[in-house]
Amino acid sequence: MEKPFRRIFRLVALAAALALGACKPSGFSEEEKRIIGQLRLSELAKLQPDPTNRHADEPLAAAFGATLFFDTRLSSDGVVSCATCHQIDNQFQDGLPLARAIGITDRRTMPLADVAHGPWFFWDGRRDSLWAQALVPLEEAREHGGNRTAYARMMAERYRERYERIFGPLPDFSGLPENASPLGTEAERAVWTAMGEAERDAVDRVFSNIGKAIAAFERTIAHGETRFDRFAEAVVAGREPEGDARFSALEIEGLKLFIGKANCIDCHNGPRFTDDHFHNTGVPPVEGLPDDRGRAQAVAELVGDPFNCLGKYSDAGPEACEELRFMRRDGAELERAFKTPSLRGAAARPPYMHSGQIATLEEVVDHYSRAPEAASGQSEIGGVIFTDRGKAALIAFLKTLDPG
Amino acid sequence: MAGKSRTILIVAAGIAAIVIAGMLAMHFLSAPSDDLDLSRSKASAAGLYRVSVAPEAEPLRQGPLHSWIVTVATPDGAAVEDARITVDGGMPQHSHGLPTEPQSTGHIGDGRYRIEGVRFNMGGWWVLKFAIEAPAGRDEAEFNVVL
Ligand code: HEC
Ligand code: HEC
Repeated sequence: MEKPFRRIFRLVALAAALALGACKPSGFSEEEKRIIGQLRLSELAKLQPDPTNRHADEPLAAAFGATLFFDTRLSSDGVVSCATCHQIDNQFQDGLPLARAIGITDRRTMPLADVAHGPWFFWDGRRDSLWAQALVPLEEAREHGGNRTAYARMMAERYRERYERIFGPLPDFSGLPENASPLGTEAERAVWTAMGEAERDAVDRVFSNIGKAIAAFERTIAHGETRFDRFAEAVVAGREPEGDARFSALEIEGLKLFIGKANCIDCHNGPRFTDDHFHNTGVPPVEGLPDDRGRAQAVAELVGDPFNCLGKYSDAGPEACEELRFMRRDGAELERAFKTPSLRGAAARPPYMHSGQIATLEEVVDHYSRAPEAASGQSEIGGVIFTDRGKAALIAFLKTLDPG
Repeated sequence: MAGKSRTILIVAAGIAAIVIAGMLAMHFLSAPSDDLDLSRSKASAAGLYRVSVAPEAEPLRQGPLHSWIVTVATPDGAAVEDARITVDGGMPQHSHGLPTEPQSTGHIGDGRYRIEGVRFNMGGWWVLKFAIEAPAGRDEAEFNVVL
C-alpha cells in the first residue's frame, strides 16, 4: 500500500533533482556562465585604433593631453579645467546631480574609465569621437567658457614647443583677434564671421588638435579589476572562488537576477556593462530644466558637426565612418533615449541618471520596479516587481562592481 | 487510506507541476523559443526569390558593427544581379527595431549583396527583414537570429 506513494515521491524528487542539477556544479546554468563570462573585464577587447585621430596612440600626445586636461588656464575665468568636473580621485566625475563650473549645466558629469571604447559621447551621443567631444565643454559658457581663437593663441604663446613636436608648425597667429568663435557670445560670433576663411580654418585645425591631444590622454583611462571580475574568472574556469572573490548568497542572487529575471543584462551588457546604445527608461525630467529629448535632439547636431568623422578635421576617410553612416537617424525610439551608462563603479558614485534625478541605488531599483511611463516617447522598461530580498540582492551585486 | 493516498497524490502532482513550471521558466529565460526557424536560406514570402543570408564573419557577436551577405536567386537558382535591397528588423519580444540603419552597399557578384551597418546590441531573439526589389517584382524574406 505504501509503495506507490513512495514511488511517486521518488519520481518527483528525481525530477526536482534533475531540474536543479541543470544549475550545478557552481550553482549557475551553462547559459548563466556564458553571460557571466562576457561581463569579465578580461573580455574587454583591446582598444581599437581611432583612424580619425592620427595621434590617438602617441605617448607624446597623451602626455600633452594630460597637461591640457588639468590646466585651468583653458577657461575664461582661469579656474576651470576638465578635472574640475572629471576628478581623478573620484572616477573622473564629481558626484553632483548637475555639473558645476562657471555655471550649472543641465546634465550630470559622466565618469571616463574606458570611455574610448564606445562609439558615441555625451548622454545623448551628440559627438562621435573623443576629440570632437572635448571641444564642446571648452566653448560651453557654463563650463570652460573659452573660445577657439583664444585657445589657438594660447597654444602659440604657452605651448608652442609641445604642440609643434606633435602637430607640426603653428600658423602665424600674430594678427588673430583675441576672442572669436562661431558658438560664442554675439560679439565673438561677429568677429568670427569677419575673419577670412583661411584664418578660420587655421584656428579650427589647431582647436581640433587640442581635442586630439586630450583624447589621446583619455584613451589611457581604464577600469580596474573588481571583486566581480575575480569571482567571474573562477566561475568560468570552474574553480571555487577564493578569498574576496567569494560571493555571499545575496550577491549570487543579485547576479542571477541581473542576468536573468530582472533583464538588466539587456542593456547593461558586455565587460563595460553597456550596450553603447540609447534607451528611454522613463527617467523623469527635472523641473526647471529645458526640455531634454536625449538622442532625438542629438542626431541633427551630430550630422552637422564640422568636427565629426566625415568632416575635414578628421584624419579618416568616409569608409572609417561606419558608425555615423549607419546610425539610426529617426524613429520614436530616439525620444528621451539616453546612453546606457556603465555600472562599473556605479555603487560608489551616486547620484544617478543623466541629470542626477535619482539619489540612491535603492531608488534606482525602485525605479526599475515601478517602471513609470516616460514624459515623452515610450519607456522600454517593463516593470519587474522585486521582493525586498531581491532589491537588496541587486544592490549587493552592484557593489561587487566597485573598483578595488 | 484512500483519502490519504489521494492527498499524497495531489501534493505530489502539485510538486511536479511546480518543478515543471520552474523548468519551463528557466527554459524560456535562456532561449526565446525552441521551434524558431533559424534557417539561413528560404523562399521569399511570395515565392519570387530564393534568399540566403550569412554574417560576413563568424561567429556572430553581440556588440560590434558588422556586415551580412545576402544572396538572391530565382526559384530555379539563377543569380539575381539587379536587386535593390532594404533592411529592417528588430526584437519581437522587446518591441523595438534595429539599433542602426543597415544598408545594402551594392552587388558584389553572383547575386550577392553586402549589407553593412548591422549591430545586435542585446542578447536574445532578433529578426532581420530584407525587402527585395528586382525585375521579377517586390518580395520580402524574414530571418530569425538568436544571440
Ligand atoms: C562643468 C563640468 C564639466 C567640465 C569642465 C567638463 N566636463 Fe566633460 N562632462 C560633463 C557633463 C555634464 C557631461 C555630460 C554632458 C551631456 O551629456 O550633455 C560630460 C561628458 C563628458 C564626456 C562623455 C563621456 C561619455 O561616456 O560619453 C567626456 C569624454 C568628457 N566629458 C570629457 C571632458 C573633457 C575632455 C573636458 C575638458 C576639455 C571636460 N569633459 C570638461 C561635465 C564637465
Ligand atoms: C532598456 C535598457 C535598460 C535596462 C533593461 C536596464 N537599464 Fe539601467 N540604465 C539604462 C539607461 C539608458 C540608463 C540611463 C538613463 C538616463 O539617464 O535617463 C540606465 C541607468 C542605470 C543606472 C544609473 C547609472 C548611472 O551612472 O547613472 C543604474 C544603477 C542602472 N541603470 C541599473 C540597472 C539595473 C539594476 C537594471 C535591471 C533591474 C537595469 N539598469 C536595466 C538602460 C537600461
